[in-house]
Amino acid sequence: MATDLTNPQTPTGPRTTGKVRPHQTQNEALLFEKSSPGKRAYKLPPLDVPAVDLSSLLGAARRVQAPELPELSEIEIIRHFTRLSTWNYAIDLGMYPLGSCTMKYNPRVNELVARIEGLAEAHPYRPDSLAQGILEVIDLLQRCLLDITGMDAITLQPAAGAHGELTGILLVRAWHQSQGNARRKVLIPDSAHGTNPATAAICGYAVENLKSNADGGIDLEALARQVDGETAALMLTNPSTIGVFESQIHKIAEILHAKGALLYMDGANMNALVGKARPGDFGVDVMHLNLHKTFSTPHGGGGPGSGPVACKAFLEPFLPTPVLVEDENGAKHWNYDRPQSIGRVRAFYGNTGMFIRALAYILANGPDGLRQTTEDAVLNANYIRHKLEDLYDLPYKTASMHEVVFSDKHQAAKGVKTGDIAKRLIDYGFHPYTVSFPLIVHGALMIEPTESESLEELDLFIEAMRSIAREVEETPEVVRSSPHSTRVSRLDEVQAARKPILRWRPGQ
Amino acid sequence: MRYLPKSPAERKQMLAAIGARSIDDLFAVIPAECRLDRDLDVPRQQAESEIIDYFRAAADKNATGYASFLGAGAYRHYRPVIIDSLVQRGEFLTSYTPYQAEITQGTLQAIFEFQTMIAELTGMDVANASMYDGSTGAAEAVMMAVRVTGRHKAVVAATVHPEYREVLATYATHQGLPTTLAGYDAKNGRVDLAALEASVTKETAAVLVQSPNFFGVIEDIPAIAAIAHAQGALLIVSIAEAVSLGVVRPPMEADIVSMEAQSFGVALSYGGPFCGVMACKEQYIRQMPGRLAGQTTDSSGYRGFVLTLATREQHIRREKATSNICTNQALVALMATIFLAVYGKEGIRELAEHNLAKADYAAKTLSTQPGAKLLFTGAPRFHEFVLQTAEPPVLWSQRLLDEKIVGGIELSRWYPELGHATLWCATEVITREQIDTAAMVLAAGLVEA
Repeated sequence: MATDLTNPQTPTGPRTTGKVRPHQTQNEALLFEKSSPGKRAYKLPPLDVPAVDLSSLLGAARRVQAPELPELSEIEIIRHFTRLSTWNYAIDLGMYPLGSCTMKYNPRVNELVARIEGLAEAHPYRPDSLAQGILEVIDLLQRCLLDITGMDAITLQPAAGAHGELTGILLVRAWHQSQGNARRKVLIPDSAHGTNPATAAICGYAVENLKSNADGGIDLEALARQVDGETAALMLTNPSTIGVFESQIHKIAEILHAKGALLYMDGANMNALVGKARPGDFGVDVMHLNLHKTFSTPHGGGGPGSGPVACKAFLEPFLPTPVLVEDENGAKHWNYDRPQSIGRVRAFYGNTGMFIRALAYILANGPDGLRQTTEDAVLNANYIRHKLEDLYDLPYKTASMHEVVFSDKHQAAKGVKTGDIAKRLIDYGFHPYTVSFPLIVHGALMIEPTESESLEELDLFIEAMRSIAREVEETPEVVRSSPHSTRVSRLDEVQAARKPILRWRPGQ
Repeated sequence: MRYLPKSPAERKQMLAAIGARSIDDLFAVIPAECRLDRDLDVPRQQAESEIIDYFRAAADKNATGYASFLGAGAYRHYRPVIIDSLVQRGEFLTSYTPYQAEITQGTLQAIFEFQTMIAELTGMDVANASMYDGSTGAAEAVMMAVRVTGRHKAVVAATVHPEYREVLATYATHQGLPTTLAGYDAKNGRVDLAALEASVTKETAAVLVQSPNFFGVIEDIPAIAAIAHAQGALLIVSIAEAVSLGVVRPPMEADIVSMEAQSFGVALSYGGPFCGVMACKEQYIRQMPGRLAGQTTDSSGYRGFVLTLATREQHIRREKATSNICTNQALVALMATIFLAVYGKEGIRELAEHNLAKADYAAKTLSTQPGAKLLFTGAPRFHEFVLQTAEPPVLWSQRLLDEKIVGGIELSRWYPELGHATLWCATEVITREQIDTAAMVLAAGLVEA
């Protein structure tokens, strides 16, 4: 059929799928391929001290061969990275329901305040007397996080969630050691994040797997059987990775404590609890928070994060050095005199820039906003669950909190896997959910909308998921070969791993 | 609440759709005794303008406008404006780890460029996508060497940043990984090669040194490598001042380089976020922690990039992973990539030369004041130097503060044997006038005394 190019009623350009229509993106080579000698994007001020002779100052330590860094002008660098940026999906573009990662809105005032000169330019070794402003920020954030978690003491030193886990388990170990026996093993549910067993191993513990019960939660009988005098701790995520609150949490804590073992909580899912329930009130001894999840600091393509660790008073003496203290005049100082400390886990005091952002988020919310945020996050997940559970298998019927986990059972019967559905979701304008995790759900679709999604965006997502379910029935090949609308189609990961090319080389 | 995109009516509509009477129904699964029945004790909800006022007041309390000679693992360099323009693009800022390669090619290509630049600068074959920082990177490098060699001891130079050594001690304690400290040569401030040679044995997995070291002195890497390799140990070189690589010979004899790239356009921000990165010889890639971006092709043959060799990582290997690291420092690595694109091949050398010149002038000017003496003069330095003064630092540092100058950091907290020694740093942002003023203030004490 001929198309009338002048009639807007019969468009010939790219078609709309769901909420998206493809548009142009620019091609862009690697920086090194665009380089040409003599181009510059910098200009140093004139040197106001005598120039030096490299050879006489450095001798054999002088660099002879210059590094092959690109030579470009400023406009080319701006275009290069701007073009690259347009190849990315981001929260700013739409829903990013990556379960367990809490991809919520990253407020821009956070970025502004973190760049205020007096904070951004502060050297970590400046005298405490010149750092009272930043120390007060750190102190206020610590107090807020303590009330939010219901714990007694806190360190902000860990650089990310997994680093917080390491710190927390080292606290556990140090405490047991102080009781005469560091103990041998850490219990970890089969639903846990991979960082949990990796952390326990680094801390010198044997990892013992705890099988989940029929509801995907902790099996109390199995727990009681497995906890013994050599158990240092249970690492528990609550709500669990299937988005379910461990309603027997008090009993879990009792079973552990009766044998002298501690309860560690992975705070990855704290976005379901803030202002509604506090780990310190349900038996948790030590936990980490992810400021880049719950407290809105940007994920930045993979980091930086920040992983504060909060604990009960009996673990306080073991916190990493230094800790923040206040003198009789109200001035704040770092205290390094901590004989029982596990030592440092990082140079300086942690990712301070993230503390500023997280505090800005807490101030913007206040107690009412934080509670409403949690409620909206849980409301959104439950809304999605109710709108999709007729088409997607829900392996655990337990009430959902902030995320919902489906399986690809119905779709797999047609030869379409969770990974295929995820890729097809890209064509509909969404970032995929978390694929194939948690491991206790075969073919998992782990969906965490967060509070940042409007009803309109949620409905579009639901419509996309329902449409894909129909496609699985009618044209499964379309789903299996997706995405169809991206700059690159599915990439050959086998080739990438077999003969790794991890850097550019001239003539490559 | 201004970040929440729902009207009260929409909330009601959604609750009705899922058959809940109120939001409390959705939280009923939390036992009553676990529920919080009061407001959180955090400050009340603030307007955006109030938030900015709060942090501006905090910044003012911090005291600004000081010239600073502080270094010691955190360095003040000029940050080109376009760094913040570019990293604040939402597509970089609000994206996550590029697990879905088709819609994260921007982040992936930028990581690939970062890896290439770091490999070029350090003289290594490959580099990873970033580590938390230089201190944790050094500890992870030692653990990597343990995996590579199957040995369980490490020798660490006393000239490695003291806080890096503390972090290593924390990591090593529970891994059955004893470490031996190799002292330094009191004349030139380098690691004592004879002591090092005596410490390294057939059981040593790794020798860890830093260059330029904590005193700002450039270590003799070829000689140290010969000692390590003679016993089959790996050499790990930690670099805390990345700008040095513009003029200092890269540690090509090393097996692993762990670098803090904060100097490449990352704000001091009271110590973080910074940008660790690890680089190594090709044969050790599969024992390296952290993410790696690799080049491949799509089904139409177009070049593209993916995260690769993930079987090293915790989300696949769990307790057998090379590390527990997950989130890294991606956005900060992007800052470093942009910084290096701005300066480029010529600029990084010119920048490093300016640093060298400023520090050379500062060292000469300060050390010629009465009672002041430059330590460790027998070996080349980059932009830091150790000054010993007759007068206790606590006295002259207060006089400097009165002139809005922060002088060098006291070394006695880590090296009591050095007496009244302080570590000074002069980067390209220090002016001759500031150096001259500092020298005058130093000299003033002796006149009064």
